[in-house]
Amino acid sequence: MSDLTKLPVAERNRRYWQENLRLITILLVIWFAVSYVPVLFVEALNNIVIAGFPLGYYMGSQGSLIVFVVEIFYYAYAMNKLDAKYGLSDRDR
Amino acid sequence: MSASAQSQSVFRNRLARYYGYFTIGFIGFSLLMLLLEVLAGLPTQIIGWIFLLLTMALYATIGILSRTKLLDEYYVAGRNVPAVFNGMATGADWMSAASFISMAGTLWLLGYDGLAYIMGWTGGYVLLALLFAPYLRKFGQYTIPDFVGARFGGNTARVVAAICAIIVSLTYVTAQVVGVGLIMQRFVGVDYTIGVILGLSGVLVCSFLGGMKAVTWTQVAQYIILITAYLIPVTALSIQLTGFPIPQLSYGQALQRIQELEVQQGLSKKTESPVVPGKFITSGYIPPFNEGLSNAAAVDAVKQLNTQFGLNLTPPAAQTIPDPKKPELGDWRGTPWNFLALMACLMLGTAGLPHILIRFYTVPSVRESRMSVGWSLFFIFLLYFTAPAYAAFSRWQILENVVGKQISELPGWTKTWASNGLIVIRDLKVLDGVEIGKEPGWVKNLINAKSLVVEDANGNGKIDLGEWEDIGEGKGRAGEISGTVVTKARVDGILQLNELGRAAADGIDGDLVVLSTPDIAGLPFTIGAMIAAGGLAAALSTADGLLVVIASAIAHDIYFRTINPKASLNTRIVLGKSMIVVAAVIAALLAMPRLALIAQMVAWAFSMAASTFFPVVLLGIFWKRANGPGAIAGMIGGLAVTLFYMANNYVNPAFNVLGISHLGAGIFGLPVAIILIVVVSLLTKEPSKEIQDLVDNLRNPITDDEGMSKMIDKMAPAK
Repeated sequence: MSDLTKLPVAERNRRYWQENLRLITILLVIWFAVSYVPVLFVEALNNIVIAGFPLGYYMGSQGSLIVFVVEIFYYAYAMNKLDAKYGLSDRDR
Repeated sequence: MSASAQSQSVFRNRLARYYGYFTIGFIGFSLLMLLLEVLAGLPTQIIGWIFLLLTMALYATIGILSRTKLLDEYYVAGRNVPAVFNGMATGADWMSAASFISMAGTLWLLGYDGLAYIMGWTGGYVLLALLFAPYLRKFGQYTIPDFVGARFGGNTARVVAAICAIIVSLTYVTAQVVGVGLIMQRFVGVDYTIGVILGLSGVLVCSFLGGMKAVTWTQVAQYIILITAYLIPVTALSIQLTGFPIPQLSYGQALQRIQELEVQQGLSKKTESPVVPGKFITSGYIPPFNEGLSNAAAVDAVKQLNTQFGLNLTPPAAQTIPDPKKPELGDWRGTPWNFLALMACLMLGTAGLPHILIRFYTVPSVRESRMSVGWSLFFIFLLYFTAPAYAAFSRWQILENVVGKQISELPGWTKTWASNGLIVIRDLKVLDGVEIGKEPGWVKNLINAKSLVVEDANGNGKIDLGEWEDIGEGKGRAGEISGTVVTKARVDGILQLNELGRAAADGIDGDLVVLSTPDIAGLPFTIGAMIAAGGLAAALSTADGLLVVIASAIAHDIYFRTINPKASLNTRIVLGKSMIVVAAVIAALLAMPRLALIAQMVAWAFSMAASTFFPVVLLGIFWKRANGPGAIAGMIGGLAVTLFYMANNYVNPAFNVLGISHLGAGIFGLPVAIILIVVVSLLTKEPSKEIQDLVDNLRNPITDDEGMSKMIDKMAPAK
């Protein structure tokens, strides 16, 4: 951990940014997978019914929304850790 | 913990305590009103007035207490709004009269196809969190045009962005003002115009004196009221119908009943497409993609313009797709493309709307901004997660107790709503015994369109119905009425689903679902008044946020940054305040004719934001090579393509790609904007060293407002 904070500033910032981009990409893939992909297969998914909810309908009305909320909080959590790892923690206010 | 962190935490605790008391107070007050209504028989009109005036007085009080003369407080609430509270304020800022009242109605009407709005208006926050919010907070100035101006080095880009922000926000705020007028009219029975003036004065007391600071703290209170008012009626309905107090989980049962009832009533049908042999479309609440394309909205809008302003425009020829007379236009039902395009535009547009983006300038740090988007979506999610339950319960009740019943045996609330004109029962049986010349409006329209003929054969001045008979050429007759609409089903006195119309002339479609819930559940009027207060809070809070955007675009971006960089702080505040009043007055004037076109324009704003602000801000942060000429070309090109598709498809749905409607037009503008930004940027000079340093600085998560401001002031020296 300490070795990362001692890197030359430009190199440290570059690596920090690369890790951030990787995280953003992963989260965007999940975002796409829970919102756009189920729309394409909605008829097939509707054959699966859980507690009265046809799955295709459920993904659109609630399922994807839950994932969206979790993703954003996860990103905030993961970025705080990443900031600390690179010695870029925002000062507490 | 540093001293400032400690004072911030004291501040946060104090806020939590105040708003905690406030929430308890609001619930206690509602219970008191409930008791007064049930036990003491307090008249409903008075309850309506008390709810609306008391909540407005409360907003005004917060506004007066938060009055300020400091620029930072006026534009960005002093940048000390904690993440959770900014989340609530963003929630109220975001959820408008349309979300509160019409969202559930849209789902009720469209079934699965309406879910594009639910996913679109929440999924956009993921983009906001991952791509925009932390960097805009780091940038930490006052407006979105500020960002465009600094990043793309020049006043041209800034002014283009400011004008876009003004146009988008002004249409949006007009729609809110219409909502305020309608709610006041319906629940306290004042004239629409007076409702608008009363509501707007509430908005002004708050935003005029205290700008963003007052708006923020009012929005938090408004969020609490709107979410309480949204959740209580549907919870009561859920307990009544399913015995389970969490509607968000129990409406699966409603979905099952809806499907059974649809089968029983012949509403769930698999029919072959009239133009594409072998293609089957399933109708019903759950099956997807069964909406065709139509330009009915455009035809109505032109007619409304003609009657309101005495114009003589020719409405476009009515066109629907699929059209059996024009099989070459195809049948796009059953394909997901329109749904996906609409959803994408709503998501990208959400992330690009200036009144939401500026909310992230108001938190203390980059770190808080990331959390704050999470809280924003969480608070928005509480409402959007519940809207499908509202829609499903209401659909179930309508199918179970209203549709397929004799008109004379309908439940009591249906009759109240029909006599208020909130729903229209379009079975022709209601005409029996009606005096000629006093037919309801929808019947007059049928007569004007020559699809219904009334002849007073016995000369008693009334319409007398008789047995239905087929008179050939697709026409029917029942006593003194005849014509193409006189089918057996329409004169049988049994209400069919397609005979249940809504009061479209009011300008708010689908408001029935949320507004009628207390009546369906047999709840006291107090709950209805609470819903009205919630709808009013939703409309006022959104209007507040938008007025700040308009005022800052004019006073800060156009006047201070472009015309007179030497303007004193005092001049800037005074100009900002007066622009809020001017914008409010313009919005009120635009709202007076209640044009259906306004609601349409709000829907279009998402496509426009998706193809202008979204790509420009995105590439501004993530691609250092993007430069000013690229951004200007991208914004103009993206907007032009979007508007071109929008206008053509709106008037003539035969103009379409993959059956995508005008609401999804941004999906064509966005790639054009991105390509233009990339190509034009690469063909022109790379951005200056200062700008590239600025981008590096944005990507560094350590908040440094003083350093950032110095950097920006150096790049844009006063003229």
